Amino acid sequence: MKELMLGNKAVARGMYEAGVTFISSYPGTPSTEITEEAAKYSEIDCEWAPNEKVALEAAHGATLGGVRAACAMKHVGLNVAADPLFTISYQGVNAGLVICVADDPGMHSSQNEQDSRHYARAAKVPMLEPADSEEARVFTKRAFELSEKYNTPVFIRMCTRIAHSQSVVEPEEREAFPQVPYQKDPTKVMMTANSRNAHVRVEQRTKDLIALAENTELNRVEMGDTHIGVITSSTSYQYAREVFGERASVLKLGMVWPLPEQLIRDFAAKVETLYVLEELDPFIEEHCRKLGIRVHGKDVFPICGEFSQNLVRACLGFDEPQTLSVSDAIPGRPPVMCAGCPHRGVFYVLHKKKLMVYGDIGCYTLGAIAPLNAMDLNVCMGASCSGLHGFNKAMGAAGEKNSVGVIGDSTFIHSGITGITEIAYNMSNSTVIILDNSITGMTGHQQNPTTGKNLRGDPAGKVDLEALCHAVGIRRVRVVDPYDLAAVEAAVTEELAAEEPSVIISRRPCVMIRGMKHQPPIQVDSARCVGCRQCMQIGCPAISFREKKARIDPTLCIGCRVCGQMCRFSALPGREVTEA
Amino acid sequence: MSTKNIMIVGVGGQGTLLASKLLGDVLLRQGYDVKVSEVHGMSQRGGSVVTYVRYGEKVYSPVIDRGEADVILSFEKLEAARWLSWLKPEGLMITNTQEMEPMPVITGAAAYPENLVEKMRAAGARVMAKDFLAIAMEAGSPRTVNVALIGCLSTSFAEIPEEDWLAAIDRIVPEKFRDLNKKAFALGRQAGQKEDR
Repeated sequence: MKELMLGNKAVARGMYEAGVTFISSYPGTPSTEITEEAAKYSEIDCEWAPNEKVALEAAHGATLGGVRAACAMKHVGLNVAADPLFTISYQGVNAGLVICVADDPGMHSSQNEQDSRHYARAAKVPMLEPADSEEARVFTKRAFELSEKYNTPVFIRMCTRIAHSQSVVEPEEREAFPQVPYQKDPTKVMMTANSRNAHVRVEQRTKDLIALAENTELNRVEMGDTHIGVITSSTSYQYAREVFGERASVLKLGMVWPLPEQLIRDFAAKVETLYVLEELDPFIEEHCRKLGIRVHGKDVFPICGEFSQNLVRACLGFDEPQTLSVSDAIPGRPPVMCAGCPHRGVFYVLHKKKLMVYGDIGCYTLGAIAPLNAMDLNVCMGASCSGLHGFNKAMGAAGEKNSVGVIGDSTFIHSGITGITEIAYNMSNSTVIILDNSITGMTGHQQNPTTGKNLRGDPAGKVDLEALCHAVGIRRVRVVDPYDLAAVEAAVTEELAAEEPSVIISRRPCVMIRGMKHQPPIQVDSARCVGCRQCMQIGCPAISFREKKARIDPTLCIGCRVCGQMCRFSALPGREVTEA
Repeated sequence: MSTKNIMIVGVGGQGTLLASKLLGDVLLRQGYDVKVSEVHGMSQRGGSVVTYVRYGEKVYSPVIDRGEADVILSFEKLEAARWLSWLKPEGLMITNTQEMEPMPVITGAAAYPENLVEKMRAAGARVMAKDFLAIAMEAGSPRTVNVALIGCLSTSFAEIPEEDWLAAIDRIVPEKFRDLNKKAFALGRQAGQKEDR
């Protein structure tokens, strides 16, 4: 029966139908739902790995054990998984291995806009690219067949608009995949002669895949008016059809690596003006140019940002629809830390102390936004620890006494452990704050190795953060409650003053965790409120200002009482002292 | 028929995703091709959020662009003004009159514009503005504001009977909250029918 399905859910459905039994992933927008939806099928063993490298290695290991396996990650996650990727390409598989990578043109929820297709070419791994949910389901199943037939991992490349759009899918039944026996094979050890032979095999494989690309059903020609031809894929195909209708001919590529040659030459010969419509880099365009075909691409359409039908119209000089508008400036509505977010108190203290803050990847990147303004920069998962170390090596005491790294619990497990090992081993006097909110927040509350629960919420192994920090050689490790501003400030002051590396663990669960018990909302004592706006310095969305007084939104306030610790006039209730 | 475009806009956390799920489900069962495009991740943390719902014989693009929306269903007044230029000049803006201050207003860096409904009308838009939060409270919970808005939107689809909407609520809303949401839907639908457009 027809069903409206999210693109990511359709990938999961394709995996289910293909008989997949193991998926290992690390969450990352816009890829997260692939693994979460797959976990709803009891036949599939789904897990969150500590990072994408581990996930890919685990999934590949499962295929060596003879089952169809997969992993999913966002584009920047593939950077982390790149090391195993390039050699798994040589190594091959024993059963189908599919790697789903989700790019984020427009950077809705990402720190860069990289184009994952370059990895397919660089690692010589075929890549399929669906343009809607039904294709996501069908291509995923096809990817497993190709993986086994050509003895290679296969990419499914998603983008935000395909991953997070629902469209109509017609699900099919699951076909069980009989486990392939494991057989020891001495040529699988990747060294010297074996690797050289494997490389030769990979080059031949690419030639075989090009032959496939020439006539596979994954690539199709839709002839219409021949004045204009468009070579396109993914969501760009949808924009092309939206703008041109039948007024152009389209070569829709479902396999974007390797690319066909004769198919493109034949199509180009049938049309007068040829465009390549692709988001991000001129990947297909450069392939066409290499074939000596004249095309318009990035001379007309931008490299940066997401496409849309109006963007395509504007680039081609077509009329755009009429619009209405009001003349008022509409204030922006950037995302904010939630009311009661335990990170807020930490960022308030860092802002107050005017420290250099090396941030990391997670909800807490929002600490960079006004009024907290408490982040100098961020780079990638884990850089807050290792980057801070380098900064302090360059700056000496001037850096060490005035800078901190800030990293979440899941990000710390992902890539922060090696960073604090660097700090401890190479002895910079650095201070790292681990914001332990007991969950992977930004991507929608996934469990991780510090929570003691697995992907399905069942009991699992648990990393002891304090013991871990001690074990890598950090002697000064302390835990603070971020709702206690004085305690946070004292901890930061003392650890910056200490003459050795230190870790502060700011520990309090995310307020958005389902089933969390909250305190009742606080109330403003209007008689005492003098309207000084000091409480608004913490940027809590539950606090606003009306008639020269602070006002608390009772539907948002969860009674954390951090604002009360800012109030010098006792107009807001402060922290309840439970100890004598 | 040509493709119809409906946008649902609001503030992260207001329940826009459930609203689009109900709408998509109803439209699919009318036999249309449907695409629903959502935003997940960073913007959900109290930011401005938008969902695009498109339906017709064959839908291509998953997104709706400026000047293309037949109806915009806005959960918050400032968001209605923000997305106004996505509305077709002859389209319909349905907006909740609730005001939620964004961070630049809270910090005093910007002011919340006044008289936005009147200004949108002056710009030439057809606007239906109601206090859907009050309607949701009347139904029994402020959290049903999304379904109250869908109730109002349902009156824009003369061809779809009320039972089809209620059936979608049965399929999608957990049993515990079903009656509450059906009440919100009915009150929202009443509000839509009463309105002189």
